[in-house]
Amino acid sequence: MSVVSELRRTARSGRGGPPGKGTSTPDGAGGAVRRSRGDGKMAAIFLAPWFLGLGLITIGPMVASAYLSFTDYNLLQPAKWIGFGNFTRMWEDDRLHQSLKVTFTYVVTAVPLQLIAALGLAMLLDRGMRGLAFYRSVFYLPSLLGGSVAVAILWRQVFGVDGLVNAFLGFFGVQGQGWVSDPDTALGTIVLLHVWTFGAPMIIFLAGLRQIPEMYYEAASIDGAGKIRQFRSVTLPLLTPIIFFNLVLQIIGAFQSFTQAFVVSGGSGGPTDSTLFYTLYLYQKGFGSLEMGYASAMAWLLVLIVAAMTAINFLASKYWVFYSD
Amino acid sequence: MRPDPAAGIHDSRPDSSARAMATAHRRRSPWPARTRSVLKHLGLIALALIMLYPLLWLVASSIKPNDEIFRDLSLIPQNIDLSNYSNGWTALSEPFGRYLLNSAVIVLGSLIGNLVSCSMAAYAFARLEFRGRKLWFSIMLMSIMLPIHVIIVPQYVLFSKLEWINTFLPLIVPKLLATDAFFIFLMVQFFRGIPRELDEAARLDGCGHIRIYLRIMLPLSGPALATTAIFTFIWTWNDFFSQLIFLTKPNMYTAPVALRTFLDSTGQSSWGPMFAMSLVTLIPVFLVFLFGQKYLVKGIATTGIK
Repeated sequence: MSVVSELRRTARSGRGGPPGKGTSTPDGAGGAVRRSRGDGKMAAIFLAPWFLGLGLITIGPMVASAYLSFTDYNLLQPAKWIGFGNFTRMWEDDRLHQSLKVTFTYVVTAVPLQLIAALGLAMLLDRGMRGLAFYRSVFYLPSLLGGSVAVAILWRQVFGVDGLVNAFLGFFGVQGQGWVSDPDTALGTIVLLHVWTFGAPMIIFLAGLRQIPEMYYEAASIDGAGKIRQFRSVTLPLLTPIIFFNLVLQIIGAFQSFTQAFVVSGGSGGPTDSTLFYTLYLYQKGFGSLEMGYASAMAWLLVLIVAAMTAINFLASKYWVFYSD
Repeated sequence: MRPDPAAGIHDSRPDSSARAMATAHRRRSPWPARTRSVLKHLGLIALALIMLYPLLWLVASSIKPNDEIFRDLSLIPQNIDLSNYSNGWTALSEPFGRYLLNSAVIVLGSLIGNLVSCSMAAYAFARLEFRGRKLWFSIMLMSIMLPIHVIIVPQYVLFSKLEWINTFLPLIVPKLLATDAFFIFLMVQFFRGIPRELDEAARLDGCGHIRIYLRIMLPLSGPALATTAIFTFIWTWNDFFSQLIFLTKPNMYTAPVALRTFLDSTGQSSWGPMFAMSLVTLIPVFLVFLFGQKYLVKGIATTGIK
């Protein structure tokens, strides 16, 4: 079960307490011992670190960030209230619009491509096929390494003028360009890097496929359904909850990508802002030129966008996600 | 291992009539099963090779002399040159070992922090009755999805007021306070699967919650703790954004932040050393992958993390 389905459930159930496998009734177990209602003091002890963190590291800074977004603040002088100044400035900031364009382009290409690759490979890796564990490991490895600076550096060289890709093309007599230094292709190399990490969602899909009872396929087969029909009428509908939560989490994550663009572009978002991811621009503003009020306003716009995308996803899910429970 | 369903064609004893129908249906496919299986494996192996090629090329390039790296596909160096490692190790203002050590310290602190604080919070959510549990639980779930960018600026202000910038505290203290809520969720899921009869028996014997947590829940939660440890390790080791922000003095750099400075002093002559050090920083993650795969696969499959 995922965070997403848990959220969906908690949002729907009116019952007190998180639902769980082990709990049969809200009062706890039907065992010999009657559980005393209310372990308030104990809960306070066990939750003390989390409460502290929530207050000091999460909610406190959130409130402060909301305040800062209405100010001009550079860390050295006290914050100056400027009302909606940062937001009107965002409205006119061409680089910000560029960064939104880059980020949206990245999200709508990288996320679906990665999920399609993941689902396709998961379908190919039948249960019990020979070498399954080997393929699974090999395809999964890039997911673990893909977020690192080291791999981003490697990527920059692989797609560089003198890099691996051009060496390969040269083999066929094609003179390749500098993929990361061309504004038309630089973003594409980062999309490819994301697709390269399809292993993690693939494993989630594999686990999901395993949940589908074999007899559904046998029944479909008896009814004369071919492979394609079986995929469309059995596999796909039963997999929609998993596709859905992969989609939600990947979109949330993709809006926040930073490392790859930062390293591939050397921190600039170039060439000519073609890889200026939103978070990269936020970093440049907040920590490069210390425009912390502006960076805070940008961060809130990001939260709004991510929240809106997630809400749209949840609303749209009514029309295509099939819950058998 | 279940036999490959396609192989059933040569099987004269189908184990059920449904299976027989299924294989009968497959027989209509234009390719014989054996050929299809071989083709599929060839395709998968080709894909695996393409996926791994950049990594293998990184390994090969790290021991090639510089002029051999450019425009060279080959995975086998003509001349082996280990000087990339010694050059890379000393290329920056501190020996590279210093950066690895800094990373290791942060990883260790984060590991301890996440294991202790997240398991405590998870125990409360999974086993204790208290007012507002549902509300707090929802807040915890939502905090998982909160973009870090919305809190990083005030965090920076706070930590610089505390004079914590260029120390490891901004990277470790939050973990001690269970801010990686994802792992709380993971452990709540696991704790719920542990039969309540066990804690009730312990309560009959007079155990309090603290002892149940220490003596029953934790010892039974090996897999969840291992998954937490492994993902904490990988995420912290690979983390870049917060380390880049909180560590600006070269002697406090972590391995990823240090690697990035190779790019500033770019120039093709530094490819070899840069590749060598990149590889060095990937090795710990690779080792975790080799030895912790079971938990990685389980962890992802059951909770849907990256």
